[in-house]
This record gives sequence, C-alpha cells and structure tokens, in this order.
Amino acid sequence: MHRYIAQRLLQLVPVLLSVSILVFLMIHLVPGDPVQVMLQDYGSAEQAAELRHTLGLDRPLPVQYGIFAWRLVHGDLGRSTRTGRPVAAEIALRLPYTLRLTAASMAVAIVLGLLLGTLAAIHHRRLLDYAATFTALAGISLPSFWFGLVLILIFSYYLRWLPPAGADTPGSLILPAVTLGAGAASIIARLCRSSLLEVLRQEFIRTARAKGAGELRVLYRHGLRNALIPMLSVVGLQFAGLLGGAFIVEWVFGWPGLGRLAVDAILNRDIPVIQGVVLTAAAVFVGVNLCVDLLYALVDPRIRYV
Amino acid sequence: MLSSTRESATSETAGAARPVRALSHGAIGLRRIARHRGAMVGAVLCGALLLCAALAPYLARYNPNEAHFDASLRPPSAAFPLGTDSFGRDVLSRLVYGGRISLTVGAISVALSFVVGVPLGITAGYYGGRLDDLIMRVIEVWLAFPDLLLAIGIVAVLGPGLQNVMLAIGVSGVPGVCRLVRGSVLPVKEEAYVEVARAVGGSEGRIIRMHILPNVLAPIVVLLTLRLGTAILTGVGLSFLGLGVQPPTAEWGAMVSEGRAYLQRAWWVSTIPGIAIFLSVMGVNVIGDGLRDALDPRLH
Repeated sequence: MHRYIAQRLLQLVPVLLSVSILVFLMIHLVPGDPVQVMLQDYGSAEQAAELRHTLGLDRPLPVQYGIFAWRLVHGDLGRSTRTGRPVAAEIALRLPYTLRLTAASMAVAIVLGLLLGTLAAIHHRRLLDYAATFTALAGISLPSFWFGLVLILIFSYYLRWLPPAGADTPGSLILPAVTLGAGAASIIARLCRSSLLEVLRQEFIRTARAKGAGELRVLYRHGLRNALIPMLSVVGLQFAGLLGGAFIVEWVFGWPGLGRLAVDAILNRDIPVIQGVVLTAAAVFVGVNLCVDLLYALVDPRIRYV
Repeated sequence: MLSSTRESATSETAGAARPVRALSHGAIGLRRIARHRGAMVGAVLCGALLLCAALAPYLARYNPNEAHFDASLRPPSAAFPLGTDSFGRDVLSRLVYGGRISLTVGAISVALSFVVGVPLGITAGYYGGRLDDLIMRVIEVWLAFPDLLLAIGIVAVLGPGLQNVMLAIGVSGVPGVCRLVRGSVLPVKEEAYVEVARAVGGSEGRIIRMHILPNVLAPIVVLLTLRLGTAILTGVGLSFLGLGVQPPTAEWGAMVSEGRAYLQRAWWVSTIPGIAIFLSVMGVNVIGDGLRDALDPRLH
C-alpha cells in the first residue's frame, strides 16, 4: 500500500506543475493587452505601467513563471486588481463556505442516491422501479439554478420554512445543499441501481439466502456492501461536478463562497482572483481524486497490483 | 462490440428466418431505437422543441426584445399567453426565440468537443506509443479541472459572450470524448479484420476510416447525445450567471436570471423558461439512454 501511495503522489507532481503553468498562462491568453482589459480601458498610461510592473508582465516569460511559482509555494497568489486585497486571504475566507456546501450536497447526494437506487433495484421492473428511474432521470435534467429558484419559491416565500439566501443560520445550508446535490443524487441512484442488480444476481447472494439470512441482511451485508465498491470512483467524479456546480448555486442563494468570488471577478476582469480561484479549485479536485483512489485501493486490494 | 452486435443480430433475425447478412449494423441499431419507447418519447419531445425554435417567427406574436412598459409583469392572458417580464416583453416570444440560442449553443459546443476529441482519441488509441503517452498526459492535466470550472475559466480569460461560451463548453468536453474514443479503439485495433486489412496493404487512413471508425461509432453516438444535455445545461447556466448572451437578447438561462428579482410577484418569468430547459435536456437524455440501450449495451 505504501508503494501505491508513493506512486500516486509522484504522479501528481507533473499534473500540478502543468496546472500551475496553465493557470499562469491564463493572463497571457487574454485577447488584447491584459493590463488594459483589467483596467477596463479606464486607467491612465501611468496606472497601466504600474499595474504591468506589479504583475511582473514587463519581464521575460520564464522569469514571470519563476516568480509566480516562487510566490505560489509561499502561499502568495497576488492581489486583486479591484480591491487590492491579497487573493490568498480572500480565498481563505471563501473556501470553507464552498467546501461546506459541497460536502453537505455530497451527503445529500449519497443518502438520496443510495435510497433511490436501492428502492429501484429491489423493486426491479415494478412501479417503484419505474418511478425511481424517472425521478433520477429528471434529476439529471434539472437546471440547478432553476431548481434552486423553485425551492426558494416554495420553501422560503410560500411556506416560510427556510431562508432564501445568506449563510447566517444552520438552516440556510439546506436549500443550497439540496439544489446542488439533486443532480449527483440522480447519477448515484442510477449507478447504485445497476450495480446492485448486478450483485444481487451473484451466487453468493443465493448462498446467503439459502443459509436462511433475512432479506434485509442479504441486501445490506451482502448486496449493498459489494455494490458500493464500483461506486466509489463515481462519487469522486461527482465531487468535481459539485465543485463546479457550486459556482452557479452559490450565485442563486447568495452563498459567500468561491463561486460568487469567481463570478464577480470575471465580470470585473479581475484576473489574479480568477487565477487564484481556478488554481484552488483544481488543487482541491486533484486532492479529492487522490483520496478517492487511495480509498478505492484500500477497499479493493486488486487495484494496488494493477 | 462487433461480436455482441452479431449475436443479437442473430437472435433478432432468427424468428423471421432471415439471413444475418440482410441487416447492417446501422439498420439493427435503428430498429432497436425505434422499438425503444423512451427514446421515441424523447425524440418527439426534442422534435417539438426544435420545431418551436425553427418556427419562432411564426409562433411569436411580438418582437422578443420589444418592451411594453404599460404591460410589465402581466400574468398569462389572451394577449400574452405566457405573461410578460419586467420590461413588458412577451415571455412566449422570448421563449421561442431564446430556444434557438440555447439549443444552438448546446449543439455547436458538443460538435466542437467531438471534432477535436474524436481524432485525438483515435490517434492516441490507434497509433499508441509515445504519441498516445503525450496525448494522454495532456488529457490528464485537462481533466484536473472540473468541466464547468474549466468552462468558467475559459470564459474568464476570453471574456463573457456567446461565442466564448460555446468555445469554453466545447473545449471542456474534449478530454472526456478523447478518453472514451481511445478506450473504444484499443480493443478494435486488435481485431483480426484490422490485421487482415493491414496485411493486404490497406493504408492507415483507410483502415481508420473503414474499420476503426465504424466500430467505435456506437459509443461515440451515445456519448454525443448524453453530452448534448450537459452542454445545454452548462450553456444556460453560464448565461444565467451573465457570462453568456448579453441583454436584451432572449436566451433561456438569461430569462430565468432576469425573472429572479420578481419571483414572488411574477413566477412565470423565471419558471417557464426553466421548464423549457428541463424538457429539452430531459428529452435529449432520454434519447441518449435509449441509444445506449440499443447500440452499446456495455455502457449500461
């Protein structure tokens, strides 16, 4: 296992290096003069020169990347061109909110998905199966921002149970988490259904039943436990989807996370902030994928020897 | 793939006592799709929405951008069948014109993903070796960014706008397509008929065109449909954030966003375009599921 962990960590080095180069290059890929774009054509020539110097754009490209990488390993992501605040501080303030939302929606997705998928599998080709399958299909097709607005309309405006926006009370997490988790729940439900159907056909299930195990015991101890293994990697992939989706859902619910920061930055052409957000999100994503891979290897020893 | 298709071809045609050769792969696939009830419902749904978008000039009673300030936020009525928005613009007219943009954004961006992803995947899978290594390393880095985040990042660099949104969604879809195509090519290139084609002196281009591509077409078509749904959702999502179409152009995501502030007073402004998005994506996904069942049982 130690060898596998070391191997996976080593594989990360070129990926993270390439990610940092890509993010560094973002500023150079901006059509036209990035400084003029950031100043939105309102700055004077002196201001432009000053910003160019601050961003290090007046130096050769390899030197620029060297400075960028050096700052990066020291946790310095530059300063926002709009507010002048350090990007790292801004991200440190917002990241916990995004992670909290993503984790909560992952929990919603796993619970709802497993429930729906199991229901469908044990009622295979009966009404409940069709209903669950249809619900899962609908869940994948829902635009999250619209679903969020419908939930706000029902639970905040009509029933007045939950706040429509903000992150002040524990209840304010519920609607965004359900909105964001619905799509992932549907994917998990579909996978859980097919995975469980596959497992329930196996010989060892018949053996368990023949030995007199109750239906619930067969389902949980023998069925679901085996069906969950192939689902682990999908759960990791879903996390990526949630991280991206959070950017839209945060906008709907006024949730003060990375997504809002990013959208504000894009609309204001605040490139250092965008670079910081993209880099952070990619790092979190790569980290989560690593954890999922290691967990997978732990659960299924065959992986380590491939 | 080939063997599974042949087996099912045999079982399907056995009852009718027809020779196996009478049906081509395409014909078998089409028959199965036609028999798939879900896929047909999806096709009808998508067909209806496409027809509405195509007939927008005839279905719309008003210019979609024409404001009627004396009729703002009117509920659905005879004059305005789906009500009006805060500028008094007819929601129905904006809906049918908006569909043109939302569906086109989805279609063009998916086409872009496949135009780049399919040749890349075939090259990596067929030629293997260093080229494969190089392509897959690049794809790995590409995949280090979640889809939607990558799309947002690209729009961030290029600036908001419809063209940039299509480019962003297209580019962010490339790695997924490339990986699937490469994976599908790997077993096909080991098949005996490819070896025979090579032995009789078939050029690489001809082998890829005549033997590889037709045999990896099924998973490509399935993925194409399933990605179309995602692309439509991402496109409307970016427009909802204000990164796609710019006002006053009618587009479904932008319409939902415009109605947000009046959710309590005028639910129809946001809700109706949302339903249109939902139905179109649902239709595409149902077709995708049907195609998968019919063409590529392995993906099930």
